[in-house]
Amino acid sequence: MNSSSGDEATLNEVLEHCNDLRLAPIPDVGSLPERYTGTLGHFPVYFPEEIAHAAGLLPVSVLGGGNRLELKHADARMGSFVCSICRSTAELGLNGSLNGLTGFITHPICDAAKHLAGIWARNFPEQLSEILYLPQNVNSPGAVRYIAAEFQRLRGELEKRSGRGVDDDALRHSIRIYNQNRRLLRELYALRRDEPWKLSCTESYLLTRARTRMPCEDHSVLLERALAAARRRTLPSQDKPRVVLVGGFCEQPPIEMLEAIDSNCHVVDDDLLIGLRWITADVPEKGDPIWQLAESFVERSAASPVQHDERKTKEGYLMEMIGASKADAAVLTAAKFCEPGLDEQVAWAKHLDGTNIQYLVLEFEEKMTSFEQMAMQLETFAESLLFAVAA
Amino acid sequence: MTGKAVGAAANIADTAAAFDGRIEGQRLMRDWYKALEEAPARGQHVANVFVMGNAVEILRAFDFQLVFPEINSLQTGVRKTSEEYLRLSEDYGMSPDVCSYVKADVGLILKEHEHPAGRIPRAHIAIASNMCSTFIKWAEIWERLLKTPTFVLDLPGQRAGNWRVRPGDAQHAADARWVEAQFQDLIHRCEAITGKRFDLDRLAEVEDRVNKMVAHWNNVMALNRVCPAPYNAMLDGLTYIGIMNVYRGTPEGVAFMRNLEAQLKTKVARGEGRVAEERYRLLFSGTPCYVSMRRLVELFETWGGVFAYSDYLTFAAGGMDAGDLAYDTSRPLESLAEVTALAAQRGLSNQFFAHERLAQQIRDYAVDGIVFHGIKSCRFVSSGMADTRDYLNKRLKMPSLYIESDLIDPRYWSDAQIKNRVDAFFETLRQSGGAPPAGKSVPPATGRAA
Repeated sequence: MNSSSGDEATLNEVLEHCNDLRLAPIPDVGSLPERYTGTLGHFPVYFPEEIAHAAGLLPVSVLGGGNRLELKHADARMGSFVCSICRSTAELGLNGSLNGLTGFITHPICDAAKHLAGIWARNFPEQLSEILYLPQNVNSPGAVRYIAAEFQRLRGELEKRSGRGVDDDALRHSIRIYNQNRRLLRELYALRRDEPWKLSCTESYLLTRARTRMPCEDHSVLLERALAAARRRTLPSQDKPRVVLVGGFCEQPPIEMLEAIDSNCHVVDDDLLIGLRWITADVPEKGDPIWQLAESFVERSAASPVQHDERKTKEGYLMEMIGASKADAAVLTAAKFCEPGLDEQVAWAKHLDGTNIQYLVLEFEEKMTSFEQMAMQLETFAESLLFAVAA
Repeated sequence: MTGKAVGAAANIADTAAAFDGRIEGQRLMRDWYKALEEAPARGQHVANVFVMGNAVEILRAFDFQLVFPEINSLQTGVRKTSEEYLRLSEDYGMSPDVCSYVKADVGLILKEHEHPAGRIPRAHIAIASNMCSTFIKWAEIWERLLKTPTFVLDLPGQRAGNWRVRPGDAQHAADARWVEAQFQDLIHRCEAITGKRFDLDRLAEVEDRVNKMVAHWNNVMALNRVCPAPYNAMLDGLTYIGIMNVYRGTPEGVAFMRNLEAQLKTKVARGEGRVAEERYRLLFSGTPCYVSMRRLVELFETWGGVFAYSDYLTFAAGGMDAGDLAYDTSRPLESLAEVTALAAQRGLSNQFFAHERLAQQIRDYAVDGIVFHGIKSCRFVSSGMADTRDYLNKRLKMPSLYIESDLIDPRYWSDAQIKNRVDAFFETLRQSGGAPPAGKSVPPATGRAA
């Protein structure tokens, strides 16, 4: 075996493992590494995983049920007009798949997500179930202090549930581990931006998503292996348009949809799993760790349709993504029944109408299983872009 | 009683008897729309606000003319013109699956602010709280289309079930401190927009009026615990909360609520109910369907069913009825933050744990059943509704009905289907012997002095 095929085999092995994790249930408490006493579920978008990590609770993102879950209970508990990820998350709770969680934390990203805390309180009173009230105003003086108080409250709750005190040193240790992971994720995205033929959007997504089912330190080891192998890949550059993909900040687009996009475009940036990449630089490892996490939420953070920030208009950050990644075009997606996503899709499209940047509008649902029409749209879009560039 | 006192009491009774909350409410709403139309000519600054978490007290202290876009949108429904606005916004690109209030407002913008009630002025500032997440997306649309400066007021809500925050405890203090910090920021922005210095005494004056309105409003709500209920929470009540919002902190608002309470007390004293023969006391959970509300209420009233309470009257009136909330006008700004933080948790964001409030209101209003009105364009009220219903059915054995339509989109109103479901609900109630044939005796409410 030459080194090139060895790298490919390594990457394939890692990706296969990541895909297995994507389809796997939440880890069983008995299977957790020794330092963990339980799992803490959290809903998109951002959650300060460092606090759970320091408390010995494995943070696991609850990302809905994908397109293989049959809804047997949730249909009767949530209206048909609610987005798929909220309904399938409720289903996972009601069908017992999340029984092992120590708790489930949701966020004020939208009203349907907030209602999940009520559903949890009514149906799973034995679990910690909360809305972590991250502020929608990060611009007024006092925001960091408020977030720090909210994180401190969370710290206290998790200490009670895990039976383990979380001192500042433990938190700093967790911050260091996550900083390392954030650096690797930034490298992953830099590779896609600079040499997109070496790592597809689907592959990058699988690699990133693996963190939702494994300890962060293990995920960093996995990322290092994958990155090293991907960098050495000798795949030729392909004649595909460079696009930015947005709209996957909460509900997860089906993997088949990402593959269809990859087949036609180089996705040079995206907002998939943006919550795992929310903090965009290292969290300072000295000083009060809770304060540093809170300040990082305000000062070193990404953007999404579900976070208001006067410094980051939605059109502004899309244009920054397009500019920084030298994209030719954008794929504007929104999950069906996702109010923030659907509102933003209109805003983005109207804004791009005023530029010479082409875009494609797609609506998806995590549970969708037919992709032929979408693939055809993407093919047509990509062709039109290539012809436009050639002309 | 002296002759003078007898005369005064007779005058009050006469005034109360002459007062008609619905007619007076409609007059006040017309006046408000006129004031909106004339605001630019007066050179008055204009603020867009929502009904939940809106800092109205601060804005009034700066003499802003207040626009309530939700009320504008619902009024297009009441006036049977909403479909035109909705279609305009859908043609523009808005999804059929988003809030119809937002879409009607986008339609209004596309129609150059021409509303069936008059021309709506453009705002100099918009306040959007996080109590309904759609408020923020809505305000971002104004930022985008109208360049309206927006202030997002972040109110820490109820975090979990069985959440108990008491005035002055550490959690409340932390939340109130954050709210006050934002109010300080808002005040600076209002000073920059209006060129006026903030006046704490003005704020205290407004708060004093709000206190009076809230005290009357709480008594008005409590009066409907009496059987027969003197008003229908989902018809008359909608007018009342319109005034609670639009005239909050004004002399007109205080007078309206005072007269309303007096009138309803008179009705209660006479044993007059909203319906001739009250047979079923009901609780309405959710938002109205403004295009067909009168029809919906009629479907229930023909069976002798009256909505004694609705959670809409709580959250859509600012949540101030939820437990002894009154401003301390000797420290107006601090108190505003403290009460706002409490109202957000006890009266607004507790919608996400609706079973707790509803269980209490079922007891307080001695209802025979709950009607849940789910609407696809309002996730704030509807997303957890079916699960709440299931919980209350199991725990309290409370009969319930679930119907679906929309806030203002007439395309989602299916008269025959809803009538069938309402009739079937009452048949079930009747057969199960849910309520005595001529209503039931409920102890009179104990009101609080305003």
